[in-house]
Amino acid sequence: MLHNIDYSELPRVLQRLIERDQPAPATLPRRSFLKLAGASGLALGAFPHVALSQPVGAAASALKPTQLPSAFVQIAGNGEVTVTINRLEFGQGVNTGLPMILAEELDADWSLVRSRHGTNDMAYADPLFGIHLTGGSHTIKNSFTQYRELGARARAMLLNAAAMRWKVDVATLRTQAGTVLGPGGRKAGYGELAEAAMALPVPEAVTLKNPKDFRIIGRPTQRLDAQAKTSGKQDFGIDMRLPGQLTAVVARPPVFCGRLASVDDSAARAVKGVKAVLRVALDGGAEGVAVVADGYWQATQGRDALKLEWDTSKVEKVDSERQLAQYRELADQPGPRKMEADMAPLATAPRRIEAEFVFPYLAHAAMEPLNCTVRLSDDRAEIWMGSQCAGLDAGAAAKALGLKPEQVVVNVQMAGGGFGRRFSSTSDVAVEACMIARAARAAGLNAPIRTVWSREDDMKGGFYRPMHLHRARIGFDDKGKVLAWDHVIVGQSITTGTVFGAFQVKDGIDATATEGMREPYPLPMRLTVHHPKLNVPVLWWRSVGSTHTAFVMETLLDEIARATRQDPVAYRMQLFGDKHPRHRAALQLAVDKSGYGKTKLAPGRAWGVAVHESFDSVVAYVVEASVKDGQPVLHKVTSGVHCNLAVNPRSVEAQVQGAAVMGLSMCLPGSAITLKDGVVEQSNFGDYTVARITDAPEFAVHIVPSADPPTGMGEPGLPPLAPAFANAIAQLTGKPLRQLPFNLA
Amino acid sequence: MIALTINGREHAVDADPATPILWALRDTLGMTGTKFGCGAALCGACTVHLDGEAIRSCSTPISEAVGKAITTIEAVTSGTDRVGAAVHAAWVKHDVAQCGYCQSGQIMSATAFLKSLPRGKQPSPAEIDEAMTGNICRCGTYARIRAAVADASRALV
Repeated sequence: MLHNIDYSELPRVLQRLIERDQPAPATLPRRSFLKLAGASGLALGAFPHVALSQPVGAAASALKPTQLPSAFVQIAGNGEVTVTINRLEFGQGVNTGLPMILAEELDADWSLVRSRHGTNDMAYADPLFGIHLTGGSHTIKNSFTQYRELGARARAMLLNAAAMRWKVDVATLRTQAGTVLGPGGRKAGYGELAEAAMALPVPEAVTLKNPKDFRIIGRPTQRLDAQAKTSGKQDFGIDMRLPGQLTAVVARPPVFCGRLASVDDSAARAVKGVKAVLRVALDGGAEGVAVVADGYWQATQGRDALKLEWDTSKVEKVDSERQLAQYRELADQPGPRKMEADMAPLATAPRRIEAEFVFPYLAHAAMEPLNCTVRLSDDRAEIWMGSQCAGLDAGAAAKALGLKPEQVVVNVQMAGGGFGRRFSSTSDVAVEACMIARAARAAGLNAPIRTVWSREDDMKGGFYRPMHLHRARIGFDDKGKVLAWDHVIVGQSITTGTVFGAFQVKDGIDATATEGMREPYPLPMRLTVHHPKLNVPVLWWRSVGSTHTAFVMETLLDEIARATRQDPVAYRMQLFGDKHPRHRAALQLAVDKSGYGKTKLAPGRAWGVAVHESFDSVVAYVVEASVKDGQPVLHKVTSGVHCNLAVNPRSVEAQVQGAAVMGLSMCLPGSAITLKDGVVEQSNFGDYTVARITDAPEFAVHIVPSADPPTGMGEPGLPPLAPAFANAIAQLTGKPLRQLPFNLA
Repeated sequence: MIALTINGREHAVDADPATPILWALRDTLGMTGTKFGCGAALCGACTVHLDGEAIRSCSTPISEAVGKAITTIEAVTSGTDRVGAAVHAAWVKHDVAQCGYCQSGQIMSATAFLKSLPRGKQPSPAEIDEAMTGNICRCGTYARIRAAVADASRALV
């Protein structure tokens, strides 16, 4: 799936193209985009690939494609700096954060910095994992040093160009916000030097700034897309408009893996604007019918006119009620162990808690429905989509289309949210769009085709956060010391059977199902895990395992504290001891800023506390909540955040607010995907609840100051919200909440 | 052909009269600032103004817009609309957008709301929430939306 790239091919092609100054040949090696970038870059003054100025052999130097400025920074004659991001921007702010990091070391004029998306080129792979990856809150963490070095290399090349132009020692030069300054008042803007700089070798070793000299990193900075996203000017994947483009929608089986028994498309073909009706293979062995039309509306009219009969006789039909009963039976069975501990003290412990937790399937429900645009020719596929995994999607598309990996380019598009759904382990969205484009082409429709999922398609289409059952038996003493904790998790594995299984599944246990269990608390825990196999497609969902493990851990610890009459903050602090300074600092900051334990709350309100580390960042919440008309209400959230150095504090604040709201959504009535006889019962925002502004609390986000290398913040704000809220409600009702969404009955 | 007035300009649209305004805008006219979110008037991403009133363009056919004025995000934030300009400026100042996909609709709802108030009236926090509750933001930008609407209303005094 993750194809190998022959980088040695690139320099030759680039060299040839530049020398001959001719348009691209019909068949290009996969990295030909760089030629395109280079071609426009010549005019713009782009930094070249190292190969342009060095013999082919030298190009294979120590520097990898992820380390060469050519693919990441372009400087126009007017000094405008365009930074290419190696990730998908879908709200988390990396199209501002990454340029900030690069611009810091480039010493750019921030007012002239822009950003753009990349492609499936290997230059844009995650520098540590070697695959294209927007997930796991990895962007800032894994690309911090990478983008600093890219900026520093580009700056060194500009300095060298200035030194050559002025015939002075480069040591006599310095830079200031997009300008090189030299002896005798010499001065040149980056835009003037870019073209000469691009002909120079790329330095391997560069000296990075002392963090105390940062003037961009760490400063609360407005998003680079703030204007475009508030004026209708920002294009998303769904806004693709290629010449001659048609739009497809797909009639999908009512149950997962269903196939067609019969198709009567006569009425559909008669709908004005419908160009083709195509039977297509769908993900998971399913079949569907694609209706291709001038536009989305005509396509859906055509789809509505289809008369289809489905064959679902041979497929499993999951039913949520039955599934829960099965999960309960499974929880009683022996299974593989993630953690071991002596359970003998359970029998003699002075105090005990037995608890069962149920978490439903959850849809990502990003605001931009899934979509993918494909343009095919005989030997090439161009794809435009908001992809969290451009390389994986390109590889899957190539396989589906019978093309070589280098014949497929994925142009990453701005996405309207994603939360994991655009990181499909089967590349279902991309492959489906490719199959439709191929079928259309075979039917004589030689047009780019944009496949659009309706909201209902998107919500019923699977790839949910898996349903989970947790069971805990905890024995503890009168001081709250846990003597034994026997824990069972039942839920589908996200990664088994996918390319990620090799990294995530060990001894039959998927690490994405258990992350967030026990740590950082020193607890004698035995953890058994069952992964039932069902045909409901499941996937990561913002903060993945911590969406359920944090709830279980943080509500149970609170319950132990309550049972032994201890303050829940003091109880946690005592468990952290001196081993977890970041947890302590985050929680203490939230406590201090909230007035917890000092301020008298309004009548009917209670405090709730939770703290959780996910993806190497720690978030603590202190919340105020009440119960109104039998429903929990969240009033105020004060957070303490430890993400080491906050590259853009304004973005960290936004991510915490947003993740908390998504965490709140999990608590609200109707926030569940359920199945009846194989059919997903929810279809749109009318029957699948997501938080609205009237649900949202007041926020205060506080960041623990730190100069350590940054950790990610796209997800860590989510996990502790629901347990903090639940703990506050439990204070009021005296009854713990053990399922999401909340049920006070 | 159906004659539509969009942002003060006449357009002859060759489409079925039942076509929702949203798809006439997006697919027929190429005006993609107005977004498709749910197709069922549940999320507000497609909000436009019809004779000044906020409507869900995904569920309003173009036949209902004949003889009326459709106004979209492109016009409301072009600088010529006093209230729209204040809302736009507040949205930028507060850095409201994350993914940004719902924000056209949010701005259209906020603008119609502020235009509906008597000049100089400052909406209460509860009134702002009530006015904006039809617009979903899955990124959860609600805290900044509240601040931006309040800011825009102050700027309009």
